[in-house]
Amino acid sequence: MGLIETPNAGAESAELAGVSPNFITTKLDFLANWARSNSLWPMPFGTACCAIEFMATAASRFDISRFGMERMSFSPRQADVLICAGRLPFKLAPIIRRVWDQMPQPKWAISMGACASTGGIFDTYTMVQGIDTIIPVDVYVPGCPPRPEGLMYGIMLLQKKIKGETLSDRTLRQEHLVDDRGFFLPPEKIDEISEPFGNSVHQTRSA
Amino acid sequence: MTVGPVGAVSGVGEVGGVSTAALSDRFGSAILRQAVICGDSIVWVDASRAHEILAWLRDTPGQQFDYLTDVTAVDYRDPERPLEVVYQLRSLPRNAQLRIKIPLDKTKPLVVDSVWDLWKGADWLEREVFDMFGVSFAGHPDLRRILMWETYAEGHPLRKDFPLRGHFTRAEQTRQALASNPEAHYSLEELSIAEAYDELPEDMRRRMAKGERGFVK
Amino acid sequence: MELDVATPSLDARGRVTRAPLGVAHPGDPDDEFGAEPMLVNLGPQHPATHGVLRLVVELEGERVIRCIPHIGYLHSGFEKLGEYRHYNQIIPLTDRTDYLSPMANNVAFALAAEKLMGIEVTERCKVLRVIACEMSRIISHLVWLGTTGIDLGAFTPFLWSFQERERIYNLQESWTGARLTTSLTRVGGMMADVPAGFEAGLRAFCSSFPKTLDEVDTMFTRNAIWCGRTQDVGAMSREDAINYSLSGPMLRASGVDYDVRKDTPYLDYETYDFDVPVGEHGDIYDRYRVRLEEMYQSNRILEQALDRLARLEGAPLNVADPRVILPPKSRAMSDMEAMIFHFKQVMEGVPAPAGEVYLAVENPKGELGTYLVSDGTAKPVRWRIRPPSFINLACLSKLCEGALLSDVIAINASVDIVMGEIDR
Repeated sequence: MGLIETPNAGAESAELAGVSPNFITTKLDFLANWARSNSLWPMPFGTACCAIEFMATAASRFDISRFGMERMSFSPRQADVLICAGRLPFKLAPIIRRVWDQMPQPKWAISMGACASTGGIFDTYTMVQGIDTIIPVDVYVPGCPPRPEGLMYGIMLLQKKIKGETLSDRTLRQEHLVDDRGFFLPPEKIDEISEPFGNSVHQTRSA
Repeated sequence: MTVGPVGAVSGVGEVGGVSTAALSDRFGSAILRQAVICGDSIVWVDASRAHEILAWLRDTPGQQFDYLTDVTAVDYRDPERPLEVVYQLRSLPRNAQLRIKIPLDKTKPLVVDSVWDLWKGADWLEREVFDMFGVSFAGHPDLRRILMWETYAEGHPLRKDFPLRGHFTRAEQTRQALASNPEAHYSLEELSIAEAYDELPEDMRRRMAKGERGFVK
Repeated sequence: MELDVATPSLDARGRVTRAPLGVAHPGDPDDEFGAEPMLVNLGPQHPATHGVLRLVVELEGERVIRCIPHIGYLHSGFEKLGEYRHYNQIIPLTDRTDYLSPMANNVAFALAAEKLMGIEVTERCKVLRVIACEMSRIISHLVWLGTTGIDLGAFTPFLWSFQERERIYNLQESWTGARLTTSLTRVGGMMADVPAGFEAGLRAFCSSFPKTLDEVDTMFTRNAIWCGRTQDVGAMSREDAINYSLSGPMLRASGVDYDVRKDTPYLDYETYDFDVPVGEHGDIYDRYRVRLEEMYQSNRILEQALDRLARLEGAPLNVADPRVILPPKSRAMSDMEAMIFHFKQVMEGVPAPAGEVYLAVENPKGELGTYLVSDGTAKPVRWRIRPPSFINLACLSKLCEGALLSDVIAINASVDIVMGEIDR
């Protein structure tokens, strides 16, 4: 959760929680993480072109079933990982927020594609400049659209991340809700990460 | 650079042909201008008689423009030029195409008559022109925004005075987006048909009517 | 309210008949439950809405009184963005509107820009563009087939169709470098010529593809369940189809013989030998038959195009105009004029003369029109996409009146929408 400030995250929290890592807890962690990472039921929040590459990943050539992910859970209540495949306009923002809030812990999010990660080529009046301004994201998969191999690499990175988790770290399973002012990320942060960079604005020199 | 005009891509025999001559005979001064550009026949008409002209084009035996291909609008970069509402028509029996344009003065309210009664396909097309350009269509059954949400406050996006990234900051746009209640996106038509509307708690009805300014709890 | 319950079976001619099972009385309409119509919200996040489409359905029991589609959940500002880009910079944007058939959109835009600028492309370029369009038609219809099968409960053809799509994706990737966002065309030509092995690969595909279609045909066409769910469901009459401005297979299934490739031909389509299937009843079954047959016909066109391509071996691909087409990179680095042409095209873009065009092509979804208005600069004043799915979807409320809720899913699938094009 790179953009979210979580105080006390990490290894210290295990001690602060009063449980120091020992043989039992590490074995329990290993078991839980192994189970979680190898049966991630995706919630395919597919919007645009990346959704087609997601469908291709689920089809027989690339076969997401080898990761235990063939059971698409279109109901967020039964899903583990939300895969936002495609661009997210502002009109869709409250919907992905609501779907994310409806997912029970433990849950993770994969932002698939350039548009979901940063807004992509659409630096326009309608486009959310990265879903991490709306929901907390665990893995970003770049590409426009990412190849199925790219998405699978992202899934494997998520599996690795899950395997590094521990049950005693409460901050991992903390809900990050929209605050009272209606923001998920502080407004200065949103403006900072939505700034155009490079020559994304000055694509042309003509009048 | 020009090797020659690309071969017949607009209707056969339509280049400055039957429709345009008959139009100026019939409607006289309501026909402002006619031209053939890149092989397409275009006629500029006055807004006050546009509906009559389009109905005549659809119903007259020699014209038979029974298919409305597209309704859109153009806002030019030059602020002096009027905003034009464009109708692309096609005659399936005669295999002919015609473009009708209605120039609208941007200093006055932008209103044209809806052609929904002539072609049902104009329904969503006119709603989109309203959403993107702010042109109202008199007589349209349900003129509300279609691509942006109904209480979108930033303006009409495809106008040239609307910047690419919108008027508000990204943070404000995100906040407004998160604050909008998805239930509020029901149209009043839908709310009225829900029989249970009268039994909804008062604050929920107020939230639904209010639209975008509520908070997600 | 009485429900006439019957089971579908096929008669000798293959049309569905209903063998009545009896009359069911689902309950007294005066009792408390089931008396009032129910408002159900489908989507925008929903497996069966084919993208971010929201349907608000007013139900009386299982029967739909009204079905109102809401769109705009994928509105990305394409047309606004196009006003800030040169014509060649808009080509990558066109990949992302109808992302199921990207090469066809690339071709459509390039044709419109060339009509505006008065450029005539070479013979080889035209043949390659026909190949691109027909490959796109096949992959788009395959997605439609797979997802409609899933919506109606038949999962296996989804895997078959995606496997066939992978073969086309391999060819697309060898040609353009990308599986989906191809950006194939440029104004005046193409991004690159086909690589070695492409023609052999496409010929292999064309020879084996009809067998997959035959399997799908065996699976569906005379299947009692399929026929029962698709025949006489979501029917659109001929006059309504014209009045609602439908196009593509939606229009042809209703009996209107309008195909842009035949009526206002482009890319020399009038010289190819192919048929256009036209339906009769305008229901989901006819749309299925039309799209299935269109895939066979696309295969036929591809074989003819490959023959022509073989005859045009070594012919020039791009227009020989250095003001429009980038010079080869080796020359741009060494020859002064080439460097200047390269600079002007990349930094300033190729200006189009002031004017406007509307160009229609037959996309898999229907008539894709591109309306370009230019003021003499290198960026268009207005880029309008006439989206076939947007206009086809508008008639959904009419098609769903009186249908059952599961029919709404089937009818929505039969319209063959792609939200990227609808919302742009």
